[in-house]
Amino acid sequence: MSEPQTRTESREEAQATTESLVLRRLHEQFGQALLEVKVWRNETTVVLASQHLPQVCRFLRDDPDLAFDFLSDVTAVDRLNLPESSPRFEVVYHVYSLQHGRRLRLKVRVGEGQAVPTVTGVWPTADWHEREVYDLFGVSFEGHPDLRRILMPDDWEGHPLRKDYPAEASPKWWEEEPA
Amino acid sequence: MSPTRTMTINMGPQHPSTHGVLRLVLELDGEMVVKCTPHIGYLHTGIEKGLEGKRFQQGIPLTDRMDYLAPLSNNLVLVLAIEKALGITPPERGQTIRVLLTELTRIKSHLVWLGTHAMDIGAMSVFLYCFREREVILDLYEAVSGQRMMASYFRVGGLAADLPPGFEDKVQAFLETFPARLQEYEALLTENPLWRQRTVGIGAISREDAIAMGLSGPGLRACGVAYDVRKAHPYSSYERYQFDVPLGKVGDVYDRYMVRMAEMRQSHRIATQALARLTPGPINVADPKLIPPPKQLLKKSMEALIHHFKLYSEGFEVPVGEVYQAIEAPKGELGAYLVSDGGTRPYRVHFRAPSFVNLQAMPRMVEGRLVADVVAVIGSLDIVLGEIDR
Repeated sequence: MSEPQTRTESREEAQATTESLVLRRLHEQFGQALLEVKVWRNETTVVLASQHLPQVCRFLRDDPDLAFDFLSDVTAVDRLNLPESSPRFEVVYHVYSLQHGRRLRLKVRVGEGQAVPTVTGVWPTADWHEREVYDLFGVSFEGHPDLRRILMPDDWEGHPLRKDYPAEASPKWWEEEPA
Repeated sequence: MSPTRTMTINMGPQHPSTHGVLRLVLELDGEMVVKCTPHIGYLHTGIEKGLEGKRFQQGIPLTDRMDYLAPLSNNLVLVLAIEKALGITPPERGQTIRVLLTELTRIKSHLVWLGTHAMDIGAMSVFLYCFREREVILDLYEAVSGQRMMASYFRVGGLAADLPPGFEDKVQAFLETFPARLQEYEALLTENPLWRQRTVGIGAISREDAIAMGLSGPGLRACGVAYDVRKAHPYSSYERYQFDVPLGKVGDVYDRYMVRMAEMRQSHRIATQALARLTPGPINVADPKLIPPPKQLLKKSMEALIHHFKLYSEGFEVPVGEVYQAIEAPKGELGAYLVSDGGTRPYRVHFRAPSFVNLQAMPRMVEGRLVADVVAVIGSLDIVLGEIDR
């Protein structure tokens, strides 16, 4: 693999290639799966139809020109209080290519009670990230090998990072406790 | 013959070598680890949720509490993400001070790693030496921010205040003594046969596995992958500094040790350059909507008073959009994903905590090995539970 410090293309060039090459390849392969493409502050976001997610991820990882071999992060956003709030959840994937130094953001949108296909088969590191999203947002992942809560206790009720979950403990929680 | 019976034991959450409140459920066959299941969340404090209720500038002190051994790195990732969304960059002096302090933070964090890692394996004296040097850096923290640990010194658009008088000399004095001290630690450990027995070939992970598991920082570089965010995607003008990215070969505990030791030398190198680059100038962006006016002006200028009032009663708005900012924290790639709905508070902030991801790879390093190696591997991963549980 080429070392990052010896790479000749500058960051701007690398980013420009992300936009052209990656998006072109994705359009060729999965034209109908791409719902939306956004570029803001030099960052590219691709919104996918959730049923195509595993194939697109596998392609992004295995195509030698793209080689997105490193999954940085998986998280979610509860869009309840945003102007566009349906479907409610957006699951966000930040993928990175160590070889080409490119970053790409993938998103899928799902409503309450809908599951997202897991990407643990593509990047094993997704395991804990998906468990965290399941724990804090209540979005489940289909095909995940071990989907249980990770940060909250197993018997916890509710999903703390949802927008309708209070940020502070309400007094009634304590009133229920015997004195 | 009856089937082998395995025994399941709890290691942690109150175990001195699990570096906080990590609980490992180990399935043992004699001394051999058959299966290792980490349980986390004992230190979950809802930092991401808390940030949603705070104005952009107010959220910074919460980030100190994630990786509490490297608070300024956490400050940096949040302010850089907000600055990216705002489309601003602080002036050169502000950036140089940030680089100087985050590199000192890296040394400070690595010193705690070295001290505790060595102590877990049985080398008690290294711990005392490391904490002696760490103390000097904590004093420097106190000098700039008034706080020894939770500095919260960086602000959106620059810094909380300029460096105090005489600060450069104190840093200079530290940088002059540090290389010799580092040599002392190495003399205690690097060629020490006991140390080598406990670390060489232990907890190795292949390059492919490391990438698949999302390992970053010294753990990934110990496998020979030259991924350092400071080189790959420079921030805070890191592209202007001369430094190398130390690499290992086999990715075992010893390689991770060697990489971090070399990294402290590189941090020393960067800090020396940053100190030389410190020239007088502004530290903050010249935007009264982001940076409060100097206190003296409040009595003389009506605008200054209005800006001050607006800033502290409402804060500032960040345009609608989303950004992901990564930095090379002492533990690896620390990322902040920020979603703004155009208001004065973040709609969502998520941190990609390197310790969280690195810990996930741990079962692959210890399964099939001895219980004693678990302790060595935890030490070599340099996890901080505050950051894992957030």
